[in-house]
Amino acid sequence: MNILEVKNLSKNYNGFKAVKEINFSLEKGEIFGFLGPNGAGKTTTINMLTGLARPSSGAIQIAGEDGIKNIKKVQRIIGIVPDESNLYEEMNGFDNLVFCASLYGMGKKQREERASRLLEQFGLANTGKKLFKAYSKGMKRKLTIAAGIIHEPQILFLDEPTTGIDVENARQIRRLIQTLNHQGTAIFLTTHYIEEAERLCHRIGFIVEGEIVKIGKTIDLLQEAQKEYIMEFTLENEVEPLKEPIQKTFPGIHVYTIDYFHLRIGSPEKIDLMPFMKFFAEEKCLVREARIIRPSLEEVFVKVTGIEIDRLKKEKEGEKK
Amino acid sequence: MKKYIAFWSILGKDMKTYYLKPPNISWGIIFPFAWTLMFFLRSEGAVEIREILPGVMSLAVLFGTTSMLSVTITFERRSRSFERLLLAPISLNLLMLAKTSGAIIFGILNALLPVIIASLVIDLSGINWMSAILSIIFIAVTSTFLGLFISVSASEVFEAQTFSNFVRFPMMFLGGLFLPLERLPLFLRFLSYLLPLTYGVDILKTAINGNGIIPSGISFLVLVGFSLFLFLMSINNIQKRWIY
Repeated sequence: MNILEVKNLSKNYNGFKAVKEINFSLEKGEIFGFLGPNGAGKTTTINMLTGLARPSSGAIQIAGEDGIKNIKKVQRIIGIVPDESNLYEEMNGFDNLVFCASLYGMGKKQREERASRLLEQFGLANTGKKLFKAYSKGMKRKLTIAAGIIHEPQILFLDEPTTGIDVENARQIRRLIQTLNHQGTAIFLTTHYIEEAERLCHRIGFIVEGEIVKIGKTIDLLQEAQKEYIMEFTLENEVEPLKEPIQKTFPGIHVYTIDYFHLRIGSPEKIDLMPFMKFFAEEKCLVREARIIRPSLEEVFVKVTGIEIDRLKKEKEGEKK
Repeated sequence: MKKYIAFWSILGKDMKTYYLKPPNISWGIIFPFAWTLMFFLRSEGAVEIREILPGVMSLAVLFGTTSMLSVTITFERRSRSFERLLLAPISLNLLMLAKTSGAIIFGILNALLPVIIASLVIDLSGINWMSAILSIIFIAVTSTFLGLFISVSASEVFEAQTFSNFVRFPMMFLGGLFLPLERLPLFLRFLSYLLPLTYGVDILKTAINGNGIIPSGISFLVLVGFSLFLFLMSINNIQKRWIY
């Protein structure tokens, strides 16, 4: 059963179409991943779903309510964790949670109990009295997630929850997301860590330039990707100028660059290494390494978005700094 | 949902986080104190102190309210914590009333200081206290909504403070605070009647010295009109600019 349903949702800013008639749904108890490069329309979509932006056209249904007309009613049952912590720097962790609970009309005893329980659950019980501004990035992130679920929402919107934090905290957050989901919370997750989406999400939608270009169950997307054979070459030369000649010489294969020195070749049939080695030798390119890749969701992402994973990560990390 | 809990929490949070912080308490005390002292020292006697009391009280309210809103609203908007409030299941009207109530209370308290100082040096008998208190409340509400209107039109704290000065300083000279309206040239007098503070000061003058020139009932109505207009315009601006 769908708890969120989006139909032909669009957003225009002064003639620029940020989101173009997208359609998707979120089932009860599901984790839905929303992936795409910077500026693809992920945050605009979240803003429309949560009431921070007004859709230009389309419809949103959340738990049977009109998510545009009755947004204030809908906001009672949704939780939002933005890509940057937006709690109060001058308040301590406990007071921040208690304040957030009060915004949902919770009584004093109930909100204090809930805040204490969440601090415990998120491993922040010892730092509850510390000012938010003194928290580390990982702690801030965890407290922001705790604030997002203080009112026990039916749907949680998580925008890049593990970006810019250390490995251990990221792992803890991923575990918390799974726990929340097991407790019945439907989760709408945007992330640029493909492996995170692969590990957590039941279904994934890819958005590029405001359009959903692919949507499906993670397992199906993976199976589809694994129908292809992939070989990765590491060269000593720049790989970009070689893309076109390779494509011309070996029709029927799919070529994409990973970064300056790495390119990948995908084919529906097994790849014979020798013709490629010969090609690179003729092009006077030195091959440092050639290896067979087990296709993952990363390949699906690269194929549908046309963006290199490394570039995506660097852009995101740069933004956070 | 118990919306009053959200209202009181927002108000309480602002009071604790902003208004009751030592720099703001000292600003709230020192600023009106300095104004009061400056004007009272320039006065030649008890009569003159009583004459300028409405102006000093109004100034204390005006500066107290408009200065704080640039912090509680523009700063929170900049740091994105305001988004958290916009995402709460309470109406925008209730949210903005909660956000401005702190400034209204702060403004009213600011107006008390000149009265306390004046009571130490002159006889304050004969004042229509009911009317004076009501006018202070109305001035505080209107000034707060004026500050709100400025704050939601600005993106940065310094912008909000600069815009505030463009509005506050003309009001100081044209609002009849220290220069009687009847002494102003005709075209400036016309401008005076476009400023909300003119009406607030006039009620105070009537209440304290009995020398206001506009019937108090009309002034109250004009202040209500200004308040409604500024509040609704601010809400409209938030809906257009922040919920884009």
